[in-house]
Amino acid sequence: MTHLIKVDHLWRYYGKHCAVKDLSFSVDRGEVLGFLGPNGAGKTTTLQIITGNLAPSAGYVSINGFDLLRSPLQAKRSLGYLPDTPPLYKELTVHEFLTYCGQLQGLTPSTIKTAIHTTLERCGLTSVDTRLIANLSKGFQQRVGIAQAILHNPDVIILDEPTVGLDPIQIKEIRALIRDLGQDHGIILSTHILSEVQETCTQVQIIHQGELIFKDNITHLNQTMNQGCLHIKTQRPPNTTELLVLPHVERIETLSPTELNIHYTLPYEPSQRIAETLITQCCGLLEMTPVKKSMEDIFLTLTQEHS
Amino acid sequence: MNTTFLIATREFKSLFLSPLAWTVLAVLQVILGYLFLTQVETFTLIQTKLVAIEDAPGLTDIVVTPLFSNAGVMLLLVTPLLTMRLICEERRHKTLSLLLSAPISNPAIIIGKYLGALGLLLVLVCLISLMPFSLLLGGTLDMGKLFANILALVLLVSAFTSIGLMMSTWAEHPTVAAIGTLGILLFFWVIDWTNSVKDQRSELFEYLSILRHFQKIQSGQINTIDLSYFVLLIATFLLLSITCLANERLQK
Repeated sequence: MTHLIKVDHLWRYYGKHCAVKDLSFSVDRGEVLGFLGPNGAGKTTTLQIITGNLAPSAGYVSINGFDLLRSPLQAKRSLGYLPDTPPLYKELTVHEFLTYCGQLQGLTPSTIKTAIHTTLERCGLTSVDTRLIANLSKGFQQRVGIAQAILHNPDVIILDEPTVGLDPIQIKEIRALIRDLGQDHGIILSTHILSEVQETCTQVQIIHQGELIFKDNITHLNQTMNQGCLHIKTQRPPNTTELLVLPHVERIETLSPTELNIHYTLPYEPSQRIAETLITQCCGLLEMTPVKKSMEDIFLTLTQEHS
Repeated sequence: MNTTFLIATREFKSLFLSPLAWTVLAVLQVILGYLFLTQVETFTLIQTKLVAIEDAPGLTDIVVTPLFSNAGVMLLLVTPLLTMRLICEERRHKTLSLLLSAPISNPAIIIGKYLGALGLLLVLVCLISLMPFSLLLGGTLDMGKLFANILALVLLVSAFTSIGLMMSTWAEHPTVAAIGTLGILLFFWVIDWTNSVKDQRSELFEYLSILRHFQKIQSGQINTIDLSYFVLLIATFLLLSITCLANERLQK
């Protein structure tokens, strides 16, 4: 089976500056790939290359089995793209704009009508159908941008920071929409909001200074994030050797004489035994909280390791 | 082919959504109308004297030809304003990526934009042509010469538009595109003026001069040299625009 998106050893230079360094990945149907990275990491450049807006210095991109360089028109036919700034003709109404987009994509008049109807509903734009895009709020404009990308029901949808400027309710709706679309499309979603990736994506990859430094699927990632850890605070220093011999306890991190981090193996739950031990030690247990490693932590450790 | 016309109609409609097109149409119509009336006035004043002269210039020579020459000069100044935003504005507003990531080839984008802008200028030429046609109410016109004038003006604006489109594709900023276009147009306009100063004539400069070819067609001598000059000029600048747009993807 051919991949919906296949990127192979992609390089891109701006003058002497290398923005994308030997990037390879693929996306299949039913996958939502979260594309993470700090500012200036090369996310937008990569997405521009995949959508044919920018030529790569070296490397190969294929969309739905078509080489983007050799047969750009066939490749672009299965592509929907929302750039970081939504490409909107502000002097048109939402309906006029979407009609134009549908025509550009080569849809027939009858399909355009039904496509616009479903897309307006999907993006919650039905109420602003006849308004000029220039008069819409930023959030609505962003949604028109998303509507434009999914209008022609493309196999591959590429969204560059789609939830920027939306209010929390809209963000929730759009995330649900992306998850829904992800069932039968291939989606790349670039963002720097990590919770967004946790909520919507099936795959995660982190890019830093043009290099791919992390790639994993989300369930696996969530497991690594839930590595067991307890934060303990006591009045008097506890006896750590007694704690270490308890079953499933891996190691103990001493933050200060009265503060500890106890790491243990999942899915075991030694919290009760630890508490009992501490109480018998009479060191005055003050606090015992589970520590969750957030995606931010993983992100920070990864990007710092590489800089 | 379909998408070419789609882009052309969109561009044509968009031009009329901005006040620019309306202003240009209004201002040009007023000024050219005034010039037209003064020519008609001159004709009525010297009409009696003309009768005496054998093989005298007629109504068409005195009114129509100067009107179209003036229109040519005015359009030289105005076309850059109408073409400056074609591609430039799309790039600045980031809407270009809508066209670039849709299944449309670069030539289709360029030719679509060209036809769209040309549409507006052809409307202008039509409006200008209405003035001499109004003379038919009370006089007779040399129809052959009138159509030669219209053809000359159509070819002239077609060439102007292709140059403007190229500059708009190339420049980062609309004003830069406008000034650049004006520069190139003026250059093609005055390129053979050195010939009148010095005795020596440069055939190359004479051939390149857009004014010379324009005047030749205006005078009613329609021949392949002049027609092919315009066709070559338009094709060259359209091809340059297409390459320029293709280079967009290579930006360093």
